[in-house]
Amino acid sequence: MSRLPLSFIVGSVLTFIFVFAAVLSFFWTPYDVTLLDIAGKFQVPSMAHLFGTDHFGRDIFSMIMVGARNAIAVSLVAVGIGMAIGVPLGLWAAATKMNKGHIIDEMLMRGNDLIFAFPSLLMAIMITAVFGPGAINAIIAIGIFNIPVFARMTRGAALGLWSREYIMAARVCGKGSMRISYEHILPNILNLLIVQATIQFSIAIIAEASLSYVGLGTQPPNPSLGRMLNEAQTMIFFAPWLAYFPGGAIVTMVLGLNLMGDGIRDLLDPKLRKRRKESDVAA
Amino acid sequence: MLSYFLKRVLSLIITLFTATIVIFLMIEVVPGDPAAFMMGLSGSTEAADALRAELGLNMSAWDRYFNWLTGMMSGDFGLSYTYRVPVSELIIDRTLVSVPLTVYALILSTIIAIPVGVISASRRGTAVDTSLMGVAQVGVAIPNFWFAILLVLLFSTTLRWFSAGGFPGWEAGFIECVKALTLPAISLALPQAAILSRVMRSSVLEVMNEDYIRTARAKGLSKRQALMRHGLRNAMIPVLTILGLQFSFLLAGGIIIESIFSLPGLGRLVFQSIAQRDLIVVKSIVTMLVFAVVMITFMVDMAYAVVDPRLREGDKS
Repeated sequence: MSRLPLSFIVGSVLTFIFVFAAVLSFFWTPYDVTLLDIAGKFQVPSMAHLFGTDHFGRDIFSMIMVGARNAIAVSLVAVGIGMAIGVPLGLWAAATKMNKGHIIDEMLMRGNDLIFAFPSLLMAIMITAVFGPGAINAIIAIGIFNIPVFARMTRGAALGLWSREYIMAARVCGKGSMRISYEHILPNILNLLIVQATIQFSIAIIAEASLSYVGLGTQPPNPSLGRMLNEAQTMIFFAPWLAYFPGGAIVTMVLGLNLMGDGIRDLLDPKLRKRRKESDVAA
Repeated sequence: MLSYFLKRVLSLIITLFTATIVIFLMIEVVPGDPAAFMMGLSGSTEAADALRAELGLNMSAWDRYFNWLTGMMSGDFGLSYTYRVPVSELIIDRTLVSVPLTVYALILSTIIAIPVGVISASRRGTAVDTSLMGVAQVGVAIPNFWFAILLVLLFSTTLRWFSAGGFPGWEAGFIECVKALTLPAISLALPQAAILSRVMRSSVLEVMNEDYIRTARAKGLSKRQALMRHGLRNAMIPVLTILGLQFSFLLAGGIIIESIFSLPGLGRLVFQSIAQRDLIVVKSIVTMLVFAVVMITFMVDMAYAVVDPRLREGDKS
């Protein structure tokens, strides 16, 4: 291990800042986010209110802290659902394909294609509109669309491993396909899954913000970055900071996660590093 | 080739068919009675019953599904509950805004992404590459609705170059309409362009390592000539796949952007229809979008199969 990739360092620092702020917001925020202070509304950013105050006089900085916490919580659970269902499905599909069970593999993959065919944001909006707006339904709506992503990726990676010699050896030892999947395949594709999870996590944050923006995600009085932007929209002409900071927070958070994901991939994939060096020499 | 084609057509039909069932079931479970919703609070029970009969809501679920399906096949999508006009008319009207917007956004993102990808690939590792890809990273991270707000703030409020929203209709003239679609198209295009330029970059890098590029270089072409004459076309293949996917994504993804700019497009229609429980419109539009996604994926696959015989073998890998 030579040195850490720069993207990894920058990405992890940004991600850490947000996770720290989110955890901290459980115990402490500069101001109470439910406290209305009409006399102090529309204050420009200052030392007292770093990011200014909104039309109810609430402190934007505190709201972003709590909003980031909600965004992280929703995304974490949504991606968790996607992985918890998608990964076993992918492993199962790969195992059955390798053990003359094409029908199951075919069915699982067609089911995947089906979910992929639905425009995800539109469906998320529909699900939350139908079952009622709120964080839980937002989690389900985002989670569902994470399932095929993980299933497809797991299946692809697992299929590549099934023809390896050590898998053959395990089969010769009499291990069943389920045991092989969990003991030998899963640990070997964990790297890929972690990288994919960070990418999906950042997508989920944008999705949560979009849902909240149209009023279907986290509900008031719980602050959410998306809804802050929605409220800011009518006031940007005289209070543009209301739009700058929550949006900037989303971008920084997503950017941090993406950079961290790229960094982890570079770190975990020695082949990629080697290839890069070779082609650098060639270039 | 023929058997591959038939197999794909069969799976296409199954996917579409299953999709209509899923959509229908999903709409079935929507709480709220459209007839009661339309009658408002003052409506009598008899009037609501009559309306229900008129809309066909008193039939069994199976009959309604069957009618809906056969109706769609003959181009009859039914009557909108709230607008009281044929859904097909509504959809065509809105498509005339959404499709141009999508195409506009795709053109913009391609115009930006391809040169950016090629330049950063050919200057790999330099400051140019690092900064372009840095910008692309930020671009991927920007939610398009926030970008839209910023664009309005800059171009409508401060500079006053564009209006903050609305659509004059195609009767008002091409230029006016393009102007009205410009800010929405930019806000849709930027994140897509960022993704596309990253794909383009890695695709060009991959191609530059191919043997035929080495051959081209060996016969005396400069790196640039080799890339332009032999590399670019091959590097475009993955980019085209992404473009195909982006088309359908943008068509549906306009939902929020269309609302921000008050554009009378499909996305805004479906959003309003969900809120107004105009379920027949929701059903039809979602079906149409799914149809678009499936068809585009199918066509991309077919185009691949024609170009690359290895793919016809199916996914044996």
